[in-house]
Amino acid sequence: MFGQANVLAAGQAAFPPSVEDFYLPSILPWGAHDSYWFTKITAMVWIAVGVLIIFFLATYRNPQLVPTKKQWFAESIYGFVRNNIAVDMIGHRGVRFAPYFTTLFCFVLLTNMFAIIPFFQISPNSHIAFPAILAVISYLLFNWVGIRHHGFVKYFKNSLIPPAPWYILPLLIPIEFFSTFLVRPFSLAVRLFANMFAGHMLLLVFTLGGFAMLSANTWLAPVSVLSWTMTIALTFLEFLVICLQAYVFTVLTASYVQGALADEH
Amino acid sequence: MYFLAAEGGEATHNPIIPIWQEIVVGLVAFGILCFVLMKFVFPRMEQTFQARVDAIEGGIKRAEAAQAEANQLLEQYRAQLAEARTDAAKIRDDARADAEGIRQDILAKAREESDRVIAAGKEQLAAERATIVRELRTEVGTLAVDLASRIVGESLADEARRKGTVDRFLSGLESTGAR
Repeated sequence: MFGQANVLAAGQAAFPPSVEDFYLPSILPWGAHDSYWFTKITAMVWIAVGVLIIFFLATYRNPQLVPTKKQWFAESIYGFVRNNIAVDMIGHRGVRFAPYFTTLFCFVLLTNMFAIIPFFQISPNSHIAFPAILAVISYLLFNWVGIRHHGFVKYFKNSLIPPAPWYILPLLIPIEFFSTFLVRPFSLAVRLFANMFAGHMLLLVFTLGGFAMLSANTWLAPVSVLSWTMTIALTFLEFLVICLQAYVFTVLTASYVQGALADEH
Repeated sequence: MYFLAAEGGEATHNPIIPIWQEIVVGLVAFGILCFVLMKFVFPRMEQTFQARVDAIEGGIKRAEAAQAEANQLLEQYRAQLAEARTDAAKIRDDARADAEGIRQDILAKAREESDRVIAAGKEQLAAERATIVRELRTEVGTLAVDLASRIVGESLADEARRKGTVDRFLSGLESTGAR
């Protein structure tokens, strides 16, 4: 976990940063580069899961009608996703999806947040495996919901055949199929992954850039300071992106579910 | 990162290709998270929300019921009060009428009594006067006859009685007095 810090201290930081910076040596076995079971990334995922479970179980162990501060906080997270995403997008039928959406939102938000929390400073979502899992779950969810709601044939008819003149359908059906059943999971996963990947890369560029200039020429120290100032500014930008991407992922999932439940095209 | 690559002897990673171990870890971890939160936390939140809604709506309903009851009681009290007022007014009127009647009775009786007393007094006075007049008449006659006898020197009493002189004289006196 502190490998990067050691590298920085030793002045060995290679510049520019590369993709390999995202693949830190494994923790167990220590330092291995071909073992992925227990790395900083998976550890952070477990920490996120543990923190969320402990937080929600602790705040909701003994719910009161008149909430305490912590209970109110936990409730307002759920209330936000329930009312502002699930019910707003899907309507009253959305309430039954609110638990999953809230879990999804909290998980994405916290794992994203690791990107700017000191000592974590990289988001698990910058490894495409995690966004991909979530995207596949969303994909399965909206298809399953649609098939269950309409039946197999009607669901695909609704999804694939837009209300258009017959002669344009041969063009529209492949497009609809492509956008709904092929692109959606991919775009969901890549959007989140790319944002977190790029965010981490940006912070790396400005942080390592500062060190690189400092070690190249002491006279460049003011520029290094500027570079690190940029890192701080970009951290705030990252914060915005983190929250936005967690929200967007949840909203898009809700929107897909809504589309699958919609009666007509 | 040449030194990393050199150290691990690892081929370069492609960031768009997921690492299957991470997929397994992610699935298990996210699965556990979903299971716990969706089974033990959020349904209870829904229950709490529902309970809160019930509590508020129940409170409103109870308040409405209490309000209605209070209004009804108020109406009832008002009706009772109005009734009591009418009763009181009636009783007062009756009492006033009774008092007036009694007063009139007493007055009438008193007037009657006074009239009676006055009448009795007048009667008695008249009777007494008549007696006195009668007595006086004999007395005056006797006195006059006695006086005349003394003056004349002989008894005129029998003569006077015989001829009714005194009575006539007195009658003449009375008639002149009455005129």
